[in-house]
Amino acid sequence: MARLPASIADLVERYGPRTNDAPPGGWSAPSTPDRLVKTHCCFCGQQCAIQLKVRDNHVIGFEPWEDFPFNHGGKLCPKGVNRYLQNHHPDRLTSPLARVEGEGFREIAWSDALDRVVAEIRRIQAAYGNDAFAILSGSSLTTEKAYLMGKFARVAVRTANIDYNGRLCMVSAAAASKKVFGIDRAANPWSDISKAEAVLVAGANIGECAPITTEYIWQSRENGAKLIVLDPRMTPIARSADCFIPVRPGGDIGVLNGMLHVMIERGWIDRSFIAERTHGWDAVEETVRKYTPEYAAKIAGVPAKLIVRAAEIWGPARTSFLLHARGIEHHSKGVENCLAALNLVLATGRIGREGCGYAMITGQGNGQGGREHGQKADQLPGARDIGNSDDRRHIADFWGIRENELPQKGLSYVEILEAAHEGRVKGILLICSNPLVSAPDHRFAREAIERLEFFGVIDFFLSETARHADVVLPGSLMEEDEGVTTNVEGRVILHQKAVDPPPGARVDWQIICDLAERLGAGDKFRFRSPRDIFEELRVASKGGIADYYGITWEKIIENHGVFWPCPTLDHPGTPRLYAEGRFGHADGKARFHAVEWRPAAEETDDDYPLVLTTGRVVAHYLSGTQSRRIGPLQGQTPQPYCEMHPKLAERLGVSDGDFVRVESRRGAITVRALVVRTIRPDTVFVPYHWPVDRAANNLTVRALDPVSRIPEYKVCAVRARKVPGPDDATATLRPEAGGLV
Amino acid sequence: MSERAFFIDYSRCIGCKACVHACAECDTHRGRSMIHLETIERRDTVQTAPQVCMHCHDPICARVCPADAIKQMPDGVVQSSLKPRCIGCSNCVIACPFGVPKYYGEIDQMMKCDYCYDRTSAGKKPMCATVCPSEALVFTTREDIERRRRGRPVNQFHFGGEEVRTKVYVMVPETMDALDVRSIEPRTPGAHDDDVASLLEESE
Repeated sequence: MARLPASIADLVERYGPRTNDAPPGGWSAPSTPDRLVKTHCCFCGQQCAIQLKVRDNHVIGFEPWEDFPFNHGGKLCPKGVNRYLQNHHPDRLTSPLARVEGEGFREIAWSDALDRVVAEIRRIQAAYGNDAFAILSGSSLTTEKAYLMGKFARVAVRTANIDYNGRLCMVSAAAASKKVFGIDRAANPWSDISKAEAVLVAGANIGECAPITTEYIWQSRENGAKLIVLDPRMTPIARSADCFIPVRPGGDIGVLNGMLHVMIERGWIDRSFIAERTHGWDAVEETVRKYTPEYAAKIAGVPAKLIVRAAEIWGPARTSFLLHARGIEHHSKGVENCLAALNLVLATGRIGREGCGYAMITGQGNGQGGREHGQKADQLPGARDIGNSDDRRHIADFWGIRENELPQKGLSYVEILEAAHEGRVKGILLICSNPLVSAPDHRFAREAIERLEFFGVIDFFLSETARHADVVLPGSLMEEDEGVTTNVEGRVILHQKAVDPPPGARVDWQIICDLAERLGAGDKFRFRSPRDIFEELRVASKGGIADYYGITWEKIIENHGVFWPCPTLDHPGTPRLYAEGRFGHADGKARFHAVEWRPAAEETDDDYPLVLTTGRVVAHYLSGTQSRRIGPLQGQTPQPYCEMHPKLAERLGVSDGDFVRVESRRGAITVRALVVRTIRPDTVFVPYHWPVDRAANNLTVRALDPVSRIPEYKVCAVRARKVPGPDDATATLRPEAGGLV
Repeated sequence: MSERAFFIDYSRCIGCKACVHACAECDTHRGRSMIHLETIERRDTVQTAPQVCMHCHDPICARVCPADAIKQMPDGVVQSSLKPRCIGCSNCVIACPFGVPKYYGEIDQMMKCDYCYDRTSAGKKPMCATVCPSEALVFTTREDIERRRRGRPVNQFHFGGEEVRTKVYVMVPETMDALDVRSIEPRTPGAHDDDVASLLEESE
């Protein structure tokens, strides 16, 4: 029974979100730390190095860590600067909670809470089968915890249905990289960006979503590089780009295939590289033949001359770097978008060398490491394939189970919610994810959760999703535990523990091991520390694609991180992939994929004439569970807004700051208008970090890419009109809880 | 190698406000940010511009202070007002050509960027120029700037008839050796360089 146990207002009153605005004891409290802990930011995939100031088991501030190579000089974005304010937070959960109908939650003992979760797993599995209990996990966990979740699901819970929220993030990029190169990882260290003559940024609002990457791009331009940016909005880095292409959401393949068409025509193709090191070129050449600039421009919704200009920059360059992110990945053709972009890399042969390559910009803290070691529905540790019998046997042997006991590929994230909606999944244990802000088609996701017979959540705050839980287990923040993550470059780094969790909360991995013990699999989960888990996962990954065998925590500290693959203890790691001339496929060759443009799942029509595209702002992180609780971040961007062009605003009779109601076939939100010339007139943008009646995902469409199963967050059809004010019940809440100011 | 200096490159700014937040962490004014991040005209552009105290060689704020509350250090850093002396008259706020000092009514005192004196006097970089992700703010040597950047750092500003020299440098195109406000061309009325709608028009 996973309906809200009390009103939203009552739950907000008791559990937040509310903001923490100052360090423990206030700004006048002593700021001299007992010690500085060298660690990394808990937020996005940049994983910036930072030193946390610790005093009396509280994180009281930060000091830049200047000599770490990635964010060299001590760079941080506003999230990094303020991350410490999530520690010592008034909303922190410090006791397990059990749902009480009509009242909310009551505190219960840890042993009772763990017993209850295990009893429900057993009851549901006995009644409906093992796969009726599912696990939803996340990519902001350390790699040790991500590995543990995969093993826990397969070995202790024995369900096929585990998936992670990277499925909502950048899994299209992962799938495309695997198809083309056989390896799912950024191909280069970030230092290569600044050495490129041409930089193509496809669907990445770098200044806001990967701020540290900005300097690498600016440095390339100081060195003479030309910058191409594809985005429906003029973002901070697009503003001064040499070629900014304000592409129609969903029209990217027009630009990318059109560029390739021009490059073939002008002879900017490396035909000897193509012949020696790739397969599949002929079909691509055939496909892009009809993508003349004029034909491509119609698909892309931009003037043909911009596509030609982009080809003229990219084509003849001696070195080049492609960066892509959610803007091209969050589509029902997300994988195809990435394939079309990667064709531009392969066709020029500019990869595996200094200043030549590509990267997907991971969004979540451990977006890379969290998708390598087996919490993904189709994957086993070491980026192994759960459908491959050799891989299955290897991992089953390693875990000491029979191969036929190892579940097969399970459902993906949104499909698990769909199965819950249909009654095929009856119970879920959720960690490190907040689908009732982040999943598409919010009403459907809420109905799915509400239909569960049992819903357990591990979290450090009572997220909007955790409010629906039958049992909540209070877990740990990044700074309260240790373990590795893999940053955007493929660099494995170490988070050091700064403080203990507050009394009553526990570190996540111990909670999982205790549940495994109670499920009768304790002998497979005898870990005494995260390092024990790392030692096991390092060996489990041996011989896999994401081979961590040669990585030790000591090596990470000594070398400022180690890039995988690192197959032996004396191996230095692999910052740049494919430098040896071989790609990741068995024959060493890369694959072209011919890609035809096709429409989005929901195109505009007379009833819903505007395209909605969603995304992030610099002050917030993902579903906002953390960043909406940090005063300075919440203050910077307190509420979502509907960004629209003055031409559209005029047609709608809307002025800047007016309330507008934005509606799709699935739901509606009321927010204020932000009227700016920096967006296409046919498109509106709403950032997605807020809950309830302010959730952009009330509007989005539950359409999935057929390969990656990523939702189409970047295109759906909406309409908008001016309204005098909000008429929903949550409008009077604090803005961090979904209210309006 | 010369001493490190402060350089601003407005064209690099992404408006993220890391500088604004980091400034509030500085030990001399904890919880209060002294850097300004100007949004130029959000309706028309995403351009933003950070503004630290430029630390004028001959600080106008100090010259106009009737209470002699604003002190310049031997190394050229111009401090916030001295609490026992500041009378809250806001002369400095009005006089500063860069719009830097700010009067805080609740403490009846002017405060402004002090070059992170606690940090820079101890050999560290100022907070804002340490964290800035785009290096729009950077604290480094002149040699490093000349090696890594296009354009030229200048510290001479002409405001009408008044010439101001500062400790802090601003990056300008190679062809300029000072920044003259009279040379800045006013925007053509109705022209919007960053208007996406006009970029979508087919004509050249």
